[in-house]
Amino acid sequence: MNLIRSAFVIARRDFTATVLSRAFLFFLLGPLFPVLMAAIFGSIGGTALSQAEKPVVAVVFSNTEFQALAAARDRLDTALDMPPIVQLRHVPPEPDGTAQRARLLASKSPPVIAVLDGGLAQPRLSGGVNADGTTVRQLRYLINDARRDGVAVSGDGQQVRLVKTADSSGSLAPARALTARAGQTVLFLLTILLSGMLLSQLIDEKANKIIEILAAAVPIDAIFLGKLFAMLAMSLLGIAVWTAAGATAIAMFTGQSLAALPPPAVGWPLFLALAVIYFMMSYLLLGSVFLGIGGQASTAREVQTLSMPVTMAQVVVFAVAATAVGDSDNPRALAAAIFPLSSPFVMIARAAEQPQIWPHLVAIAWQALWVAVILRLASQMFRSSVLKSGPARKFWRRAKA
Amino acid sequence: MLRQASHVTTPGNAVEAVGLVKDFGDKRAVDGISLAVPSGSIYGMLGPNGAGKTTTLRLLLGIIDPSSGSRVLLGHDRPIDAARQVGYLPEERGLYPAMTARDAIAFMGALRGLPLREGRRRADDLLNGHGLGDCARKPIRTLSKGMAQTVQLLGTIVHRPRLLVLDEPFSGLDAINQAKLEELIRAQARDGVTIIFSTHVIAHAERLCERVAIIVGGRLAFEGGVDEARDRLRPIVRLRTRSDDGPWQDAIPATARKVGNEWLFELPPGGPEPLLKALIDGGAGIETLAIERPGLHDAFVAIAGDAAAAAMDGPGEAAQ
Repeated sequence: MNLIRSAFVIARRDFTATVLSRAFLFFLLGPLFPVLMAAIFGSIGGTALSQAEKPVVAVVFSNTEFQALAAARDRLDTALDMPPIVQLRHVPPEPDGTAQRARLLASKSPPVIAVLDGGLAQPRLSGGVNADGTTVRQLRYLINDARRDGVAVSGDGQQVRLVKTADSSGSLAPARALTARAGQTVLFLLTILLSGMLLSQLIDEKANKIIEILAAAVPIDAIFLGKLFAMLAMSLLGIAVWTAAGATAIAMFTGQSLAALPPPAVGWPLFLALAVIYFMMSYLLLGSVFLGIGGQASTAREVQTLSMPVTMAQVVVFAVAATAVGDSDNPRALAAAIFPLSSPFVMIARAAEQPQIWPHLVAIAWQALWVAVILRLASQMFRSSVLKSGPARKFWRRAKA
Repeated sequence: MLRQASHVTTPGNAVEAVGLVKDFGDKRAVDGISLAVPSGSIYGMLGPNGAGKTTTLRLLLGIIDPSSGSRVLLGHDRPIDAARQVGYLPEERGLYPAMTARDAIAFMGALRGLPLREGRRRADDLLNGHGLGDCARKPIRTLSKGMAQTVQLLGTIVHRPRLLVLDEPFSGLDAINQAKLEELIRAQARDGVTIIFSTHVIAHAERLCERVAIIVGGRLAFEGGVDEARDRLRPIVRLRTRSDDGPWQDAIPATARKVGNEWLFELPPGGPEPLLKALIDGGAGIETLAIERPGLHDAFVAIAGDAAAAAMDGPGEAAQ
């Protein structure tokens, strides 16, 4: 109880000192720059993604009719020689057409934008496509061309009947991938930014000789936890402000709410809740490591020397975690989901792309376990080194001793 | 590895330590220090710079753990458990520069369990009482060094501790503020607070302390009352004679030194009367003769050795 009360006193001081400072305003404005960068790189990535993953229309036609349609597509492709022409994938009809249609729309490999069935005579397109969109216009052209190709068509040959569904895997995949990347990027930038701030604050206190006053009055663990959670509270305040500002901006510029955006696989409310939880886990893990490092170092230069490898390692971790986007079940993504420092990044991407909830429960429990372990270890490192007196010695010699 | 040797404490002692050892790598900073500080006393810790005073204080307060040995602070084996009853002024002063004086004092009280609102109220009282009422709402960074030091000192007593530990409290203060600090220490002692302070200026310890510990090279060279330390030496005789030579010289010890026109020597074991008789009978022609009780400085020199004494009372501080 004394530990918690003491940690609260430290956290309250740090929180108010930070939030009431001018630097906090810059902190609030800070994400504008990474958001701009993310928007630029996100759009580049999005273009690449859309090129890499052309929409696929599953065609549930007889073999003959599909051949005619495919030939029409090839003719159009040759004539235009410019992508993207809609991709067609032949699927033999099954007795239960409705179930087949639903299964195809949920297919992820490859993502299916729509299902075309009913044959050339009575074509029906089901999926999350717009009636006047490129996919529908191209399909109408291809069907008309295939009919002219002499394939026997029963009846008069109706126009494509469009059955609009709420979504399909093909129509949502690029949007979800973008959400996954954005989630990872924001999580990474915020974690690195806050851990760096935490470290510089600790160095300030060592330079101001305040740390000894704190250490004499309260348990060292309380100092460690107080500082860590003060920065967490400050960042959650920042996140609340940014989320509110972002929602306002969306409402102002699009006239819609957040719910109108393409939903992540787990839905917006759960996705946002998971984002906050994964941010907390990621920050507590990295912040603990940085505080442990800060305890070892006695000068800003030593801090830079020590924290640089950790920061670089975290960039590598982020890069590995980024490969989980679009394919979160591959072995590398699974390994990154298990490794504690990359787990939050992988799992936030998974939340954007996969609807299952249980992996998040497992991941949160796993990450919480590691948070406890790393907090304990870092706290011990901090305690054993933060108030070393005696002759000045290099940190690596201290560590050796 | 900490080996916590529990020991039986003596009632009436605020602080006790037995065999404290602290190693930093291959350097032993504190080597088997044992001491006892009676409740309500003013206790001085003397020693040259680097003797291990600060490390000993940090060990007593539990800021760092000993390599071996044990200590009991206000009846607690774990010093942190007594933290709310302790005030500590470290040698290296530190305050948050952006904090106002009253908030800094209240924060230091809050660290020791004092509610923030009560801390602010007491801070105002303390600042007004020490002539710093105008500075209450000024950031620490705008205060002079002496003012900031006073603010920090007030922060150490705002929660009304039972034990006050001051590491080199006079360092950096001018003569007026040193006198004020001495008065504050006496006032706290009058209120029953136990005070431990370290210093390398013997004059402060001599004026304030009832008991002292002399630490040299990480070891305890002496622990006891100030009078006890002084009584370790025989009284000093200062003798000025009209005669430079004669049989009277057999009456003074062979170790006597001549400083200017004066002879300085320890009073012989027989006392002043045989000495006086021998001097008169020997035709010394006594001009002046003074028998002085040795000061703490002399005791320190005798206990710690000349080298340690030379390291103490450096230029500029010897006169304080």
